[in-house]
Amino acid sequence: MAQVTMIVNGKAASGTVEGRTLLSSFLRETLDLTGTHVGCDTSQCGACVVHVDGVAVKSCTMLAAEADGADVATIEGQAAPDGTLNTIQQAFQDHHGLQCGFCTPGMVMTTAALLKDNPKPSEQEIRVHLEGNICRCTGYHNIIKAIYAASGQDVAALGAD
Amino acid sequence: MYNFEFEKPSSIADAVAALGGDEAQALGGGQTLIPTLKQRLASPTTLVSLSNIPEMQGICTGDDGALCIGGSTTHGAVASGAGAYLGLAALAGHIGDPAVRNRGTIGGSLANNDPSACYPAAALASGATLVTNTREIAADDYFLGMFETALEEGEIVTEVRFPIPEVSHYEKFVQPASRFALVGVMVAKFADGVRVAITGASEEGVFRWAEAEAALSANFSSDALDGLTLDADNMIGDLHGSKEYRAHLCGVIAKRAVAKAA
Repeated sequence: MAQVTMIVNGKAASGTVEGRTLLSSFLRETLDLTGTHVGCDTSQCGACVVHVDGVAVKSCTMLAAEADGADVATIEGQAAPDGTLNTIQQAFQDHHGLQCGFCTPGMVMTTAALLKDNPKPSEQEIRVHLEGNICRCTGYHNIIKAIYAASGQDVAALGAD
Repeated sequence: MYNFEFEKPSSIADAVAALGGDEAQALGGGQTLIPTLKQRLASPTTLVSLSNIPEMQGICTGDDGALCIGGSTTHGAVASGAGAYLGLAALAGHIGDPAVRNRGTIGGSLANNDPSACYPAAALASGATLVTNTREIAADDYFLGMFETALEEGEIVTEVRFPIPEVSHYEKFVQPASRFALVGVMVAKFADGVRVAITGASEEGVFRWAEAEAALSANFSSDALDGLTLDADNMIGDLHGSKEYRAHLCGVIAKRAVAKAA
């Protein structure tokens, strides 16, 4: 067992982990941040995406010990403290970019990483960037629309539904 | 997954020392190893993370003009930082997905030598040199078969040196579920000839296609590959594609790679 300390959503967090403890488990079970979802646990579905030191990673495929000392951002830190959704979250709501919502935390975190590097992505760039995020409801079209809108572009420019 | 001790050394020397322990194993980005551990297909007593070793990070140009990439450099960093070798940067930018590319490393991929991984094709087609903590290994001597390499126990890939070809391209036909290469072909044209390396297809892992290299060295156009075929006997045959299908695909994908080489 080892002690790990990290900054999570701007606040210091620490806990005791085994070597094998995954970052997703540490976030969910030690820190009670259950917004990070574990869908496939095989690094394919992307529901567990969080940011570690500013880049998107699949937290089910990273050891908690590897994140010792890191700056971690999860879905819980996206909205303002008063609950006001951020631009991406609001766009997902406005454009019905979710059905069951299970994949949404990962979709939002992946979108945040995309828009940081590419503030005005094309539809094709969005689709390519979502390669590692699977929506089990197959609600992709509205997800694309939401991301396009979150980037400040007119969704009317996208193809037909 | 079985439990293990975790160590995170900050120098190659400390990593090598830690790997000297009983049943110790190196951890690159973990994008293959962690899923393997979850399936209990490996049970190291200690995992030695290579993610915090500054001398294994980054990309630079060597005195001989080769592109030198630290073993712990992520696919994402190669995709954005290997502009001097566009074919390699493009290859790195199509491995897995964006989040996987932020963790997976070139050294980890080459040490694992998955028969469907992309980097082995790049290393072999480029005639790269794999630098370890003890020696330098030519790519031609490094890949020994599916998941087998010339690495000794506890030896780690600290750097990879890529001669930069005049033109190159890596063409990947992805297996639609896993996104690994069903067949991937890297073509690299140097002043002294063309090298062609194929991943995903063979039971023996990545390999060079000598007949294609000879034909392309004489005439670098996709037409030069007309009529060339590969023996299906040694190809991988599984539910995703038969041996014959993969053998055929090698020719098709090689032609596409040549046509797109830049």
